[in-house]
Amino acid sequence: MAAKTFSYSRQRIFSSLIVNGILILICLIWLIPTLGVFITSFRQSEDIFSSGWWAVFPHRADVQSGEIKLDPSIDVNGPITIEGVTATFEEWREGVTLPDGRKLTWYGNKRTRTLIVSEKKWVGFSTNLTLDNYRNTLSGKEIRFRDASGNEILRKGNDLSTAFLNSVAVAVPATIIPILIAAFAAYGFAWLNFPGRRLLFILVVALLVVPLQIALVPILQDYTKLQLNGTYLAIWMAHTGFGLPLAIYLLFNYISTLPRDILESAFIDGASNFTIFTRLILPLSIPALASFAIFQFLWVWNDYLVALVFLGDKNRVITMALAAIVGEKGQDWHLLTSGAFISMLLPLAVFFALQRYFVRGMLAGSVKG
Amino acid sequence: MQTTKEMRSQPTGALGWLTANLGRLLISLFVPVVTFIVLWQGFLFLRDSQAPQIVIVLVAILWGVGGVALLYLVSNWVVEQLPPAWTRVLQPFVFVGPGVAILAWYLAVPAFRTLLLSFQNNISTAWVGLDNYIFALTDRVMLEAFRNNLLWMIFGTSFSVGLGLLIAVLADRSRYESIYKAIIFMPMAISFVGAGVIWKFIYTYKGEGSGIQEIGLLNAIVLALGGQSQPWLNIPPWNNFFLIVIMVWLQTGYAMVIISSAIKGVPGELLEAARIDGASEIQAFFNVTIPYIRGTLITVTTTIIIFSLKLFDIVRVMTGGNNGTNVIANEFYLQRFTYGHAGRASAIAIILLIAVIPVMIYNLRQFQERRAF
Repeated sequence: MAAKTFSYSRQRIFSSLIVNGILILICLIWLIPTLGVFITSFRQSEDIFSSGWWAVFPHRADVQSGEIKLDPSIDVNGPITIEGVTATFEEWREGVTLPDGRKLTWYGNKRTRTLIVSEKKWVGFSTNLTLDNYRNTLSGKEIRFRDASGNEILRKGNDLSTAFLNSVAVAVPATIIPILIAAFAAYGFAWLNFPGRRLLFILVVALLVVPLQIALVPILQDYTKLQLNGTYLAIWMAHTGFGLPLAIYLLFNYISTLPRDILESAFIDGASNFTIFTRLILPLSIPALASFAIFQFLWVWNDYLVALVFLGDKNRVITMALAAIVGEKGQDWHLLTSGAFISMLLPLAVFFALQRYFVRGMLAGSVKG
Repeated sequence: MQTTKEMRSQPTGALGWLTANLGRLLISLFVPVVTFIVLWQGFLFLRDSQAPQIVIVLVAILWGVGGVALLYLVSNWVVEQLPPAWTRVLQPFVFVGPGVAILAWYLAVPAFRTLLLSFQNNISTAWVGLDNYIFALTDRVMLEAFRNNLLWMIFGTSFSVGLGLLIAVLADRSRYESIYKAIIFMPMAISFVGAGVIWKFIYTYKGEGSGIQEIGLLNAIVLALGGQSQPWLNIPPWNNFFLIVIMVWLQTGYAMVIISSAIKGVPGELLEAARIDGASEIQAFFNVTIPYIRGTLITVTTTIIIFSLKLFDIVRVMTGGNNGTNVIANEFYLQRFTYGHAGRASAIAIILLIAVIPVMIYNLRQFQERRAF
């Protein structure tokens, strides 16, 4: 009996090791891409091009320690003997490790007669990290940096600070407005009687999965006629329209399950629908409102297509600014990585602070398009 | 209270009520007009102002949020000024009206307008019959996009759901569940454009030559294992799979969270009974857990399928649809905004809509079954 429990508990430890091992492995794979960008965003542009981001960690690498010039009398076409080791030119080019640990590599073509001596050493203890990349992407002024071959480059900054503020101006109202409209509508659907109630709600459910591509062309025509293109109002309304089916659906699910007695007693006390809604329903629905708010905020902040179509270059938001760096200057990794990180700051902060609500909102959300 | 007022006003008739409430009526007209003027001034300020950006942003937020709240407040106030019988009829429309109107303007009506546009030519001036659909269903570029979307749907969805399920099941048995889940879930907060940058950096390729050090992680790993570095995003059809990896990275967290909560809902007695009957952990998983969470699995799978169908940002940022990586939503964007062909773009959008109609019907049926009304 004792032996049996012993083996049972050993089996448990063993299986828990496997479980945690697999999970840690997957989590590492999940984290490494972001980690790489995070580290790169603090490196200098020259360093980014000359070595991978992992070079900031201490590691053993070949460090050049000297040069050997070959005597002109040595024939380079046959096997060549250097420092007591004989090898062909091709082998020297690939690099040959001497018995004492030094590595000799032929530099350039045969005529150079030069070999580079390198040794394996621990490097990466004194890394060269900087905040300049962040300063440069945020500013809209001229910036200077060195490219891969060491040339100084002068360029206009990406002005991400303006884009960041624009994103705030787009995302905050585009989160609150649909919530407000949806809360009113959900209350109406749940507690008020009017003709066509059921039919209209079925419309809401049907629109849950409609791809927004369907709306872009006609809405753009309307906006052009109304001269709304590029205004905040235009993009708030667009995000409101596209987010509304899910918002109404989620809030309806929540509001319709609130206990009926509370509302009836409020009615008997003479409260109007509007008072009941603002004083009673809104405060009671805060969990549902919060979960949808996070959902919508992340969606609007991270949106690229809707902003691209309706906002254009006038009030460009952070995703557009970032995409512009990818497009125009695809090789400026120091700007790209720091820009990417700036764009993630706010959503990640919101996400980690309010994770629980976010999950709750998704769980209530059924199938959304 | 409300009913007595109604009874008192009834004998005098509509005209009597009008004269008795003339002042009230005037105010009811006056208030909305003032509201409208104030909001219009705000709009003009936002459109034309040269004020510092931070001021504009604050005003915009205040104007947008406050404006909507104000509109509800005012329209409700106006309706409450009317005779109670009218109030009762009209008030539901104050509550539901704006939401329904916006839905109609932004989603329902555009569906029909896009349908009409899809039968017209590039600048919507003449009818062309089914030409746009013939293009959308036979053109080489479109066929390639269809094939790629199929790859996204099959591989993207199955890997996201499969990995999500695996992680959910494993994390359920670990003490550090919440940490693991937060890490896997984190990419959900990152934009596709941001994710594009992150993964571009993994796949980057510098080419061959002496003294060149690959700075992309994938190429560095391949070199360290003794292989050749590759321009990963330029080799069709494999580049599609490298892009799909990004989607799996982004969407697994979503699948995991939903599946995980479903797994926690599986009654312990059921699993216990299966174990007592001699089922191994794996048998219990496939014969008890999986059937129990089947509904959730279907929901998650459909959501991710729809997502992969509409996928745009990743392809747009990573390759722009070049080198055989085009997808339907990107071709839609190209047709409309690069080539300026509204007809073809609309036909593509309608095809996307048709593809999600089964899900729509499924949703509606679920809704009917729940008898929420």
